[in-house]
This record gives sequence, C-alpha cells and structure tokens, in this order.
Amino acid sequence: MLFLQQLINGLTSGSLYALIAVGYTVVYGIVQLINFAHGEVFMIGAFGSLAVWTIFFQGQTSILILIPMLLGAVAASVGVAVLMERFAYRPLRHAPRLAPLITAIGVSVSLQEIVRLFYPGAKSPLPYPQIDYVSGTALQLGDITLRRSAIFTVGALVVSAVFLWWFINRTKLGRGMQAVSQDPDTARLMGINVDRVIVVAFALGALLAGIAGVAQGLQTNSISQIMGFTAGLKAFTAAVLGGIGNVAGAVVGGLVLGVAESLATQFIPGAFGGTPWKDVWAFVLLIVVLVFRPQGLLGARVVDRA
Amino acid sequence: MQQRSIVRIGVPLAVAALALSACGSRATTSTGSSSGSASKTVKIGVIAPLSGSLSALGLGIQHSVELAVKQANATNAIPGWKIEVVFKDDEAKADVGKNAATQLAGDDSVVGVVGDLNSSVSQQTQPIFNSAKITQISPANTNPSLTIGADAANPKRQYAAYFRTCTTDAVQGPFAAQYLIAKGIKKVATVHDKQTYGQGLVEAFTKEFTKDGGTITDAETITTADNGGNNDFSTVITKIKPGAPQAIYYGGQFPEAGPLSLQVKNAALTIPLMGGDGIYDPKFIQLAGGKDEGDLATSVGAPADASDAGKKFLADYKAAAYPDESGAYGGYAYDAANAIINALKTSLASASDPKSARQATIDAVSKVSFDGVTGKVAFDQYGDATSKVITVYKVEGGKWVADKTDTFK
Repeated sequence: MLFLQQLINGLTSGSLYALIAVGYTVVYGIVQLINFAHGEVFMIGAFGSLAVWTIFFQGQTSILILIPMLLGAVAASVGVAVLMERFAYRPLRHAPRLAPLITAIGVSVSLQEIVRLFYPGAKSPLPYPQIDYVSGTALQLGDITLRRSAIFTVGALVVSAVFLWWFINRTKLGRGMQAVSQDPDTARLMGINVDRVIVVAFALGALLAGIAGVAQGLQTNSISQIMGFTAGLKAFTAAVLGGIGNVAGAVVGGLVLGVAESLATQFIPGAFGGTPWKDVWAFVLLIVVLVFRPQGLLGARVVDRA
Repeated sequence: MQQRSIVRIGVPLAVAALALSACGSRATTSTGSSSGSASKTVKIGVIAPLSGSLSALGLGIQHSVELAVKQANATNAIPGWKIEVVFKDDEAKADVGKNAATQLAGDDSVVGVVGDLNSSVSQQTQPIFNSAKITQISPANTNPSLTIGADAANPKRQYAAYFRTCTTDAVQGPFAAQYLIAKGIKKVATVHDKQTYGQGLVEAFTKEFTKDGGTITDAETITTADNGGNNDFSTVITKIKPGAPQAIYYGGQFPEAGPLSLQVKNAALTIPLMGGDGIYDPKFIQLAGGKDEGDLATSVGAPADASDAGKKFLADYKAAAYPDESGAYGGYAYDAANAIINALKTSLASASDPKSARQATIDAVSKVSFDGVTGKVAFDQYGDATSKVITVYKVEGGKWVADKTDTFK
C-alpha cells in the first residue's frame, strides 16, 4: 500500500518535472541552448494565473475559473518566453555558446527580481487560491490517499503529451521543428522559416510550463518568485536523465526522477534513508544513468553537429 | 550542477546591489525627527532579511527599531547625540549576512546592532561583531547554542558582545512538549527544515516529550524553498501517516509550515500542527488556506497586547504608518533597540566618538534592566534574556489567539 501511495506521490511530482522538462528539451533540440531562464517561465505562469484570479475572480472557487486562470498562466509564460527569445537570445544566435548560456542566467535572475519587486506582495510567498474539485480534501480509495491536485497534474501531463505528439508529428510546424533540429541550414534551404520555428519551440515549452505553474500552485497553495529556480533545476535534471533534446525522454525522465525521489524516501532504510536523503538518491540515480548511458534513458535524438 | 553555483552567486549580487541602492536613499530619511541640540551621530545597525520569503518578519524588525530610535531622538534621550539607523539585508542567508555584518563593523559610528533573525545567520555574524566589539542583540535567535555553546550541560559564554531578547528553543520546545502532554497528546510526528532553528527546536521538543512519556512516531525533514525545496510535502505526509500521530510538531518557519499544514489536512489527516515562533505569523494562516483551525504555535513572552507597554508599542507603531506589520518579532526588536539606547546613555556620556564607546556599551547592555513591551528586559551571564515567559497561540476563526501564557519551569 505504501509502495502504491509513494508511487502516486512520485508520479505527481514527476509529472510536474516532466511538464517543465519538455521546455528545456524542445529548445535544446532546436538551438542547442540550455535555457536556464525556463524555470522562471514556469514561475511567471503561476503568477499570471494568480493575477487573473486576483483581478477578476477574487474570493471565488468555482471550477470554471480554472479555464481563465490557465489561459492567464499560458499567456504570461508564452509572452515572457517569446520576448526572451526575441530580445535576449536571437541577437546571440551566432555568438559562442557560452554567451547565450550566461545570458540565460542573467534573464533568470532579472525575471525573479522583477516579480519580487513589482508583483504586489511578492516579497514573501503568496497564497494560491483553492479551486473546487482540483484542490481541497483528498479522495480516499481504500488506503490510498489521492490528492485532487495530483489528478489535475497527471491529467495535465497526459493531455499535454498527446498534444505534443500530435503537434510535432502531425503538423507542418512540428515537422519543420524536426527538420530544423536535424539540420538548420538545409531546413532553411527547403523553405522553412527557422526564426519562426525557434519562436514556436520557445512558445511550446512555455505553454507546458504555464500549465505546470497552475499545477504547482494548486498542489502547494503557495507560490513565490524563487519557485522557478528549484523546479527548473529538477526539470533540467529530468531532461538530461531522459536524454536532452528528446521530448519523450523529458517526460520519461521527469516521471523516473519523481518516482525515484519518493520511493527512496520511503524504502531506503537506516541512516541513509528518509526525507533528508531524497535529493541525494535522485542525483545518484542521475549519475548512475549518465555513467552507463551518457545519452540519457531514451537517448538524445539530436545528432551532434560539432 | 555547476550552473547552480553561478546563479547562487549571481542572485545575491543582484540583490545586494539593489539593497545597497535602497539603503543609500532611505538611511538618511529614517532618522526622522531631528533634535536641535544634537551635534554628534551614533548609529544602530539593523541586520535582518529585508527581502525574500522572511522579509515580512525582517521588515517588522527594521521598523520597530526605527520607531525606538525615533522616540529616543524625539525625547533627546542621549544629550548631545543623535541616533541613526542603518539597515542591511541578510536575505536569511549566512554568507550574505556575513558580508552585511562586515560592512556594518567597518562603519566607525556603529555601536550596536539589532539582528539577525535566523540563528544560522547569527552563527556567522557573531564573531564579526564580537571582534569589532559591537553589541549585537538578536530579537529572534532561539537556538540555545548561540549563547551557551553546543554542550548544554556545560554552558559557556560564546561571545561577550552577543545578547538576545527572545527566549530559546531550550525553553520553547520543552514548553510545547509539556503543553501537548497536558492535553493528552502522547504520539507526535516531528518535521523540521534542516535549519539551525528548526532542528534545535525539534531536538529540544523531542527530549522533553519522550521524557514525559510521549512517543515520537516519526522524525522527518523537509527542504525550504530558499534551499531548493518545492513545497510539495506529499512524500513526508505519506511516511508520517501510518504511525497515526495525534499531532505534528514542526521546527521551521511559516513559508513552509503553512502549505505543510494545508497538505496534511488535505490528506485527510486531521491533526493539529504545532510549531515555534517561526510559524506564529498571520501569513501562516493565509498560506494554510483556512484549514489550520486548531494549529498551535509557541511564542516567547506574553502577547504584546496583554500589557500596557505592549499596547502602547502597537499603537505607536500603527501611528507611525510603516508599510509593513510589526510581525512576530517587532516587540523584541523594539526592546533590543531600547536596551542599546539605554546602554548608550551610560557609555556615550564620557565618550568623544562612537567607536571608543563600543566596549563600554557591551558592559552597559549586560547590566540593563527595564520594563519593555515583551516583559522585563535584562540579560543573564550568557547573554540570554532572563524572562522565560512563553505563550501558546492557537488558530481560531482565522486568527492567532493566545491560549495559555506561563513561565517555563
């Protein structure tokens, strides 16, 4: 029973990692950039949804509000991601790889500070609204406690994964993304607008990050400007674990990381077990995987062009 | 994970730059009323988290000190001297606090400092202030080892320049244990946030609780958001649940305690969460999403509005229209500032410049004795507050309500 319970906990936090990890992997697949500001895109999504609730629906808890909140989250995070790409990364497209990486860190710090200084009350953690059906008292199935927010989070991942698969494999833009990821120069010769594809990659990652922001708010009832840093780090780990550049790998990596954390908490006995060692075991797993499979669990799909 | 360290350095740098620029513009205005006869200037430093998740508490400390100084200047408490407040942000981080303390110690007109908020930060700032002979009075450090050292059986004064107005975890933890036992609660799970404060609280609690016949069903830890946690406590709750505890004792601060309380109750575990003064904050109730009725917190001293001095402090604070609440430690910060000001009356009487009065101020602070807003303000031979009054607060109707005030025995 405990195993099943921790498995559910792990899949829930893993789903959150996966939703964010997709953003790292999609962008890396196209432009070989680790966008360290992606965690902040997730954070901005959470604040975007909170802003929608505070401005239009203060005090209400109806499930219908979730739709405008999700739209607000997605609008905020996609907006920020697109601006970020346009003004921070595009001018550095042909600069040495270290330049955009440092820029990403700078963007990350700036976004945190902008939210901290200008979002009302964001100097300390803000309470996130409780919405009917998706937050509140957990459901009891026998001995298993099923949190409502967990259902939302896992559901969001499933829907997003299906959408991603459809988008990448079945739409013109998605196939364009695949082409650019394989060979940008040839893709350009074939008439693909590479700049547009890159913007779409950023927007796609931000879309999922925005949804993850709402999921995180519902799960923990508190959001803060630093939440993106940690979540981003874990999600990046998940992306590497699954194979960076590989979208399916990001999803698998996120779930594996989440489950590993929760199972290690419960089942590793003695002095090296329990919550204090949770992160240690998660990173031990990462190291072990990278030693035996440097390309990640599912393998990086991008051919190295160096 | 190399990038993490880059960000870790980058964030404090950016924040420090912002904090510094803020200081420049505001330090001059915070002196408020100027008395005509004042000729020389002495400074009292404030070092507390003025940004980040604990800034609500830190800003309350800052404004309370400003209030005490404003009142002292208005009454010309130290003839011939004007007091100024300089404040530094420690971001609740030890390394940032260390730099801030070094800056304060480098200012020759600083004689006393109120702060830090976090025990883990004070551990780093104590030696700096002590070697500069600057009096440091913390309004909020509750870890016992800061004054008596790590070995509680053989107490030994750590730093001659360090004092505190609040009581310690050696009192808060056991008081909470006695309270729960008296309520018939014998099985408790403990959770702490791995910080000096939280761990100290839980250790002190555990010792007394098991001695009095209680059982600890489970001892878990969580990670604070500042240190890379994500406020999702489901794995911890799953671990605690099978032990069927009657309460959870939490060592840590409200930014994690609020969501923890909510998630515990949402997991159909309807037991109260009890903590120390770190969770005794209105924000805890907000973050717990209205499900925290019956949650408990100990806080040092009697409720501020229980005494006339406390009522006056709260009224004055309100009248001064500071943008932030005085918070859980406002009264202690106000008392700490007044302890320094009282000492300065003696030490500055014959001093020509502030720096030469530093040692005399330390000596004078160790002898102060007056009635503050949190009770009698005086320090024992280790620098601890002599007052050991503790109050248990309970969440009732969405507010912290004093449940029981007593002197710890």
